[in-house]
Amino acid sequence: MPANLRPDKNPMPSQPPAQRAHNFDEVALGYDEAAALDEAARCLHCANMPCVSGCPVNVHIPAFIEQVRSGDFEAAYQIITQSSSLPAVCGRVCPQENQCEARCVRGKKGEPVGIGRLERFVADWHNQFSAAAPVRPAPNGHRVAVVGSGPSGLTCAGDLAKKGYAVTVFEALHLAGGVLVYGIPEFRLPKRIVQQEVDSLRQLGVDVQTNVVIGKTMTIDELFEQGYEAVFIGSGAGLPNFMGIPGESLKGVYSANEFLTRSNLMKAYRADAATPIWKGGRVVVVGGGNVAMDAARTALRLGGQVSVVYRRSMEELPARREEVEHAMEEGVEFHLLNNPVRILGYQNPDDPRDPKNGCVKAVECIRMELGEPDEKGRRRPVEIPGSEFVMQADVVIIAIGTSPNPLIKNTTAGLEVNRRGGIIVQEDTGATSRSGVYAGGDAVTGAATVILAMGAGKTAAKAIDQALMG
Amino acid sequence: MYPIVAKKCLNPTVTMMDIAAPLVARKAQAGQFIILRVDEDGERIPLTVAGYDRAAGTVRIIFQVVGATTEKLNHKQVGESIQDFVGPLGEPTHLAGLKKVCIVGGGVGCAIALPIAEALHAMGAEVHAIIGFRSRELLILEDEFRAVSDRLTVMTDDGSYGSRGTVTVPLQAALTAGEQYDEVIAIGPLIMMKFVVATTRPFGVKTTVSMNPIMVDGTGMCGGCRLTVGGKTRFACVDGPDFDGFEVDFDEAMARGSMYRDFERHAHEETCNLFQKEVR
Ligand SMILES: Cc1cc2nc3c(=O)[nH]c(=O)nc-3n(C[C@H](O)[C@H](O)[C@H](O)COP(=O)(O)OP(=O)(O)OC[C@H]3O[C@@H](n4cnc5c(N)ncnc54)[C@H](O)[C@@H]3O)c2cc1C
Ligand code: FES
Repeated sequence: MPANLRPDKNPMPSQPPAQRAHNFDEVALGYDEAAALDEAARCLHCANMPCVSGCPVNVHIPAFIEQVRSGDFEAAYQIITQSSSLPAVCGRVCPQENQCEARCVRGKKGEPVGIGRLERFVADWHNQFSAAAPVRPAPNGHRVAVVGSGPSGLTCAGDLAKKGYAVTVFEALHLAGGVLVYGIPEFRLPKRIVQQEVDSLRQLGVDVQTNVVIGKTMTIDELFEQGYEAVFIGSGAGLPNFMGIPGESLKGVYSANEFLTRSNLMKAYRADAATPIWKGGRVVVVGGGNVAMDAARTALRLGGQVSVVYRRSMEELPARREEVEHAMEEGVEFHLLNNPVRILGYQNPDDPRDPKNGCVKAVECIRMELGEPDEKGRRRPVEIPGSEFVMQADVVIIAIGTSPNPLIKNTTAGLEVNRRGGIIVQEDTGATSRSGVYAGGDAVTGAATVILAMGAGKTAAKAIDQALMG
Repeated sequence: MYPIVAKKCLNPTVTMMDIAAPLVARKAQAGQFIILRVDEDGERIPLTVAGYDRAAGTVRIIFQVVGATTEKLNHKQVGESIQDFVGPLGEPTHLAGLKKVCIVGGGVGCAIALPIAEALHAMGAEVHAIIGFRSRELLILEDEFRAVSDRLTVMTDDGSYGSRGTVTVPLQAALTAGEQYDEVIAIGPLIMMKFVVATTRPFGVKTTVSMNPIMVDGTGMCGGCRLTVGGKTRFACVDGPDFDGFEVDFDEAMARGSMYRDFERHAHEETCNLFQKEVR
């Protein structure tokens, strides 16, 4: 069969913007078989496989696409899972445009092969049609504890369980999944997909214990006392940063983590939810990453009129291009080269009991211009003196980044962290400064990506297996 | 699931429950809190640990029925279970080295103050307790406080029991009379703690307050529990719940505490209606 030489990717069927701006259903609907077969035919099967080297975990991309092209979707799935544990998730949320697809030869004249879309298709096909439940392997008699149930923890647990280890995952929240359940919204990553991943871990024999905060309910040292022979820390980077400007504690100011957790984990977007969230009004989201986009699009779906304020220009905006485009189509406004300097509150001079007292009224911003490039080559934003202006606002969401939570570090003697709070590890094993303790994902790198966290979980699982089995 | 092993009504709106949660019971200390969800899809609410039995593996909570979630919790009976129960969270109250302490408790805050009074008494410290309620039928834990206090003063707003007035009246009197406390520990409504601080400040007596802001995760992940303390943003769930009373911005904390008042009132009414329908 000849290669498909059309320059464009098969488009992703999606909910129309006007419709999806008012619901939390998934935006992208996924390829059907015909689109997948057609897209797979665009792969040129380059001998040097540049896409594979662009993938942080080196999925055998041309090989799985070859299977898609021949119609053996299960075989394609099996190829992907040799390197990736969460294809249905990564196919949806990976920044392919900076990874595999960025290196695709087809991208030089036209669009790259839709690798992410094909990955998603294959994973969804498997989840829908392949009923084979994972087989529980014979126990090898060793016990490992995993702290945190985000992509790094789930992957580490899964890889070890497949080798026969008795694995217990300890999760602080009441639901497993990490950022995949509390951060990334339903309209981008349906929670049933995460649930499926957790369920299949349970079928493999992994014991997932929710409501256990390591460092509080139990310490790392106590895990060893209880007979666990190794511990993997995949506790993420969940501590929200604030800007340190006046007015950040007014009513109506949220960290993106709080806003998203209320909506995603606690389902505050549902009409009958027990957990409250401020809906509607004029919403200002500060920041330009994926988290800011998710917060903006969530606020929009809750009925808000949403503006994103970011201090650099569109070119530097760190969020995935696709998410920015989706946000724009849905009606999110972008105010670039602006930075908030303070948040203004309402105070009724005549009525100290006015319920609006202490609520957000507006955000004062200053215009920025791009100056000299910094060490990383990004042009540094500089304030334009005297350019302050005021934007009306009822809700302000701060999405300027997160740091690793110090809870585990503070309760584990000898666990070394870097100056940003990230746990220090040996890159090829994930081993920390404490013997038997491994770490990976955002807890090590600071906020990064699902695929890197997943890869770190795999690396550590391999190292733990080598250490315990010799 | 976490079974309810004991339940007792302390007054018409305040209930005590012992919950089987062995991991939490093993670690809990006075001043720490737990977060629970009554049922699937329930909201997460923090409640301070009011006691624990390490051998039995149970944790005691005492709560006032103030909203939909506490209403639902109050309808659960012994033998039933609650969905989620996580802790102990926050830092324990620092008691080491204290020799003479005045504990001030207001309303259901007395439930949280009691384990602290008990711990101090067990350490051999001299404990003066002042507990205040709106009126006699809301009085709780008087005998328990009496058992561990060298001096106990009970106050009611309407004078229906003990002496009439707020807790700051006897506190002011004691300090004016020259009582030298190592520390005053105040636990109760924000407005009470604010006035306790105003009373102790002129005397320069170290005053610790226990803050209970709106929380979601309780692990430092959302920042919803933030307070301004000494001009800095602090997260009550990990840095607290105890803070230096002289440094806390109470007005801001009171404003933030009312963020969802309308929602809560509405949800509570709906829950009450639902329960009434069930009864009929
Ligand atoms: C809103 C949002 C959108 C994002 N969008 C994308 C995207 O589109 N693409 C992408 O690749 N990446 C995205 N990311 C980043 C990605 O989600 C993270 O890099 C990834 O989830 C990190 O995985 P992890 O396993 O290291 O930690 P996490 O997913 O953060 O999981 C850590 C888990 O550990 C638990 N935990 C923490 N401390 C303890 C403790 N002491 N005891 C027990 N449990 C504990 C936490 O509750 C949490 O469940 C996004 C992140 C956010 C917040
Ligand atoms: S409750 Fe979320 S950070 Fe304290």
